[in-house]
Amino acid sequence: MNHEQGDGLTTDIDTTSLESATETALAEEAIRVAKAAETVPRADQPLIFDVGKLTVYYGTFRAVKDVDMDIRQNQITALIGPSGCGKSTVLRCFNRMNDLIETARVEGKVEYHGVDLYGERVDPVEVRRRIGMVFQKPNPFPKSIYENIVYGPKIAGWKGNYDDLVEETLTKAALWDEVKDKLKESGMALSGGQQQRLCIARAIATSPDVVLMDEPCSSLDPIATLKIEELMLELKKDYTIVIVTHNMQQAARISDQTAFFSVRVDEQGQRTGYLVEYSQTDEIFTSPGQKLTEDYITGRFG
Amino acid sequence: MSAHAEALSATELVRQSIEGRRLSPVDTLVAFTLLFTLLSSVVILITLLADTIAAAMPVFQSRGLSFVTDSLSPSAEEAGIWQGIMGSLALIGFVIVVAFPLGVAAAVYLEEYASDNRVTRFIGANIRNLAGVPSIVYGILGLFLFVEIFMGGVFGAEGGIGGRNVIAGGLTLAVLVLPIMIITTAEALRAVPRGLRDASLAVGATRWETIRHHILPVAFPAILTGSVLTIARAFGESAALLLAGAQLSLYFSVANDASFVDLVSNQPYTALPIIIYNFARQPQAGFVSLTAAAIVVLLVMLLTVNAAAVLARDRFERRYR
Repeated sequence: MNHEQGDGLTTDIDTTSLESATETALAEEAIRVAKAAETVPRADQPLIFDVGKLTVYYGTFRAVKDVDMDIRQNQITALIGPSGCGKSTVLRCFNRMNDLIETARVEGKVEYHGVDLYGERVDPVEVRRRIGMVFQKPNPFPKSIYENIVYGPKIAGWKGNYDDLVEETLTKAALWDEVKDKLKESGMALSGGQQQRLCIARAIATSPDVVLMDEPCSSLDPIATLKIEELMLELKKDYTIVIVTHNMQQAARISDQTAFFSVRVDEQGQRTGYLVEYSQTDEIFTSPGQKLTEDYITGRFG
Repeated sequence: MSAHAEALSATELVRQSIEGRRLSPVDTLVAFTLLFTLLSSVVILITLLADTIAAAMPVFQSRGLSFVTDSLSPSAEEAGIWQGIMGSLALIGFVIVVAFPLGVAAAVYLEEYASDNRVTRFIGANIRNLAGVPSIVYGILGLFLFVEIFMGGVFGAEGGIGGRNVIAGGLTLAVLVLPIMIITTAEALRAVPRGLRDASLAVGATRWETIRHHILPVAFPAILTGSVLTIARAFGESAALLLAGAQLSLYFSVANDASFVDLVSNQPYTALPIIIYNFARQPQAGFVSLTAAAIVVLLVMLLTVNAAAVLARDRFERRYR
């Protein structure tokens, strides 16, 4: 993947010109081509997260059980599955956001670059600086666009030119041209898609290593969704991305690996999520190893 | 042609079923009853206000604002409410200094730090109950704890005013409104969207940074409004102060050259609501209109404070849109 191709895409896909279905299809095709050009064999990439026998409880409720997966550098890993299968729970283990839920308890192994993320001496605040997150609903701070970007670096004590940082970060998030003249205006005044790109910019402003995305496009229209997808493909050159999505086409379009989760109901009626299959995205969508996966991706259940 | 006729008749069918508003007698009755209850409360309020203002008019006509700036006196022609205004303002000063930071801090702890367990829920339920305790009970607490033990202990229980100073009164009112302050602040904090906390923590902010940089600024307008209404309650409070040491006398003097420390620790004080009570129980005819006039002054001060709170809230809220 070369840079010109990516930059060409950014300028081609413009909200105003993207009005017809043909153009949307063209953009989708462009994303597919960009992705194909970029795919690097998974095993060649360094290991970022090593997850083994991960089980998460909320109080006495076991949300997800025995998850084994590895997440590798500069890859987009998609977590898919029906509601309540624990995919968001797993995602929130990667930056210790589950700590905020008082009753949550995490068992098993979550290693980040070989370090136990749940080790006693690990500072969750430092973890979240290295592992950024984008949420389902765009949630910019009720402050100016500029302040939204500089907040993370500022509290981390970053010394440098903040004006440059803002321009650089917003450019990376494909938002600079749209907001460069209104950096002092509130982030809340932007459209939903722009707000979500601002949130992505905010997440990458602290120069993280990984960006976690929890259904980042579920509240956006198809055009804004495409913009974000295109952006993710661009961002994976610098970051490792883990995304939870309800949209299977989205997983198929952008991800390198796909993890399919499902729910099992035991005799007591307890619902527990588990990982059904984890593989290269192409494999999951063309020749799934499990009947359940095939049923899900072909729309027979879920 | 026949198809067209059928289409028309289908339209007719729908029209017949959705048109023709039927009047429901119950609905009308309920609406009228509700309107009547609303009107009766408004009428009672307006009558009270009009009556008070009418009764107060002679005082303002004959004495103007000198009624406000004159000192207390047993003579209806000379009595003013100056000590009461100063006393009330001093008391409110203490309430703001003590109850506001304590209340906000306690609410931040309850909402943001305390884990949701049985102890926390017990404390929360007790705070809500405390908000409903009659103020006279706080007056007894104030008399015993703040007047006799604290102030009597520090400034001498014998001679002088025996600990019945503005500090003791202010502390009593502060404790009285503290539960309400905590409840309103906790509600304001709870109204801050979950997403904002997540956003802040996800960029690597600590819990305190999240509270200070994001949650408190967003909750501030609501905290401010709640606090002002709470402080307004302290402003109009009389029962607790009757016990906690406000002067009921119609003439007491404060040393002219008293320093600030001396004023709040060693000089007698009274408050506007106490003066109203005091005026009202005087037998001389002149005090009837004086009472009404003092009430008007109290109401004007309260309305001013509330209006200021609304204006301040609007300004802060606009900043974030």
